Amino acid sequence: MKNSSFLPYHDGPSFFDFLNKHHPELTPCLNDMSGKRMTTSQEVSLSGIISSLPHGTTVLALKYQDGAIIAGDRRATEGFQIADRRIEKVFRIDDYSAMAIAGAAGPCIEMAKLFQTELEHYEKLEGVQLSCEGKANKLGQMVKANLPMVFQGLVVMPLYVGYDLKRKEGRIFKYDITGGRYEESDHHSIGSGGKDARNTMREHYRLGLPEDEAIRVGLLALYNAADEDVGTGGPDLVRGIYPTAKIVNQDGITDVPEERVRVLFETMIAQRRRT
Amino acid sequence: MPLPYYVSPEQMMQDKAEYARKGIAKGRSIIALEYNDGILLAADNPSTSLHKVSEVYDRIAFAGAGKYSEFEHLRKAGIRHADLTGYMYSREDVSARTLSNAYSQSLGTAFSTDVKPLEVEILVVQVSANGQASEIYRISFDGSIVDEKNFAVIGGRSEAVQQYLREHATTQPATLKESLKRCLAALEQVAGQKIPSENLEVAVLDRTRVGRKFKRLSSIDISQLLT
Repeated sequence: MKNSSFLPYHDGPSFFDFLNKHHPELTPCLNDMSGKRMTTSQEVSLSGIISSLPHGTTVLALKYQDGAIIAGDRRATEGFQIADRRIEKVFRIDDYSAMAIAGAAGPCIEMAKLFQTELEHYEKLEGVQLSCEGKANKLGQMVKANLPMVFQGLVVMPLYVGYDLKRKEGRIFKYDITGGRYEESDHHSIGSGGKDARNTMREHYRLGLPEDEAIRVGLLALYNAADEDVGTGGPDLVRGIYPTAKIVNQDGITDVPEERVRVLFETMIAQRRRT
Repeated sequence: MPLPYYVSPEQMMQDKAEYARKGIAKGRSIIALEYNDGILLAADNPSTSLHKVSEVYDRIAFAGAGKYSEFEHLRKAGIRHADLTGYMYSREDVSARTLSNAYSQSLGTAFSTDVKPLEVEILVVQVSANGQASEIYRISFDGSIVDEKNFAVIGGRSEAVQQYLREHATTQPATLKESLKRCLAALEQVAGQKIPSENLEVAVLDRTRVGRKFKRLSSIDISQLLT
């Protein structure tokens, strides 16, 4: 069959590869930038531009008895300014996976959108869903493809949570900039307040937490991270903005209702308030 | 160098069309029928893994009759087209009309320029949302496109199946159960034999579903609906 511009000929079930080959201008990675060496003045002006781009901050994931919880704060920063107070960093990817992002907000959101399309595309072409492991590996390849952008300062760091239907458990994967994929056994957090969130989770985490308790630990970790790190947004009581969380288990992905998050934060604040 | 034989364009097109029709006529029929909650797609297909009906996008489905390798290629190209449009613009900008046009252009070009025409007939259906009408497009091997109402049939002996459905049409859109029974009756009558429920491939575009409307019915669902 002839190659027509309406329906270009392509082989393989990956949407990411299709985009790279036929529409490279639509991929998050600016491939043509990687080969050329920039002059020093260009580099200086670029680093100035990049620090003024919105950056997402703290996101975390932890396992509980039926699956995993994934949560993130709502702040994006531009250097020392707040870029956005209501940014959403936790994305539902398909029926059994979610990802959260830290790093340059623009490419991060684009990667999440591309990953969503990628998994749906595979499922439709092949008639079956990728395995949890397969999805995690695919995300690793996408992070790796972003490596040229990292040298320009545009770091995209995902945290991936999936429910493995075969193993019947929630799984957490973290990545490095080279696309290295590491599975976490209990919990993890990335972003500017990641270390603070990890410290809190280390103190309060135990195996087989019930759902309520796991959500509380996750939100407490975000609250503590916001306490220590300027980039992380805490609960905004005046505007009514709270961190978001999603539950990943065998029933799929469920948003934790804002009301439930609000009540949990009010309890935490009440415990810390000095009278 | 010997001169190629002269064949009049008319003759050439006729031969190609006849060749394609013969290829399609060998296959079994596929029905798309509107029911009260969406569109039902039913095919007489003994294979459980080689599908004739497939999801394309949120509200769009594809069905292909004729040569498997050829409509499978078209199906994949359609999914790429839809996913690309959805990624580039927005999910709501993906429409069956645009997709059908792309199919029509590709099939038309292949028919007039390739030595061998594609032996396929395809359906692109889109379930309605917020009060608009559902869309059913039937596209033939030569790229001609027909906008069908209420139901459409492709594949071998499609006219006989169409005839049956027209005679047994209901004034109001029926329930899924009734519609599936009617599809099965039409397929059975034309085939002249009983079709066991495990030989039926059935999928629906159900507008009451959240998000992606396409759902493949399992053989358990099908036998439950047929009792």
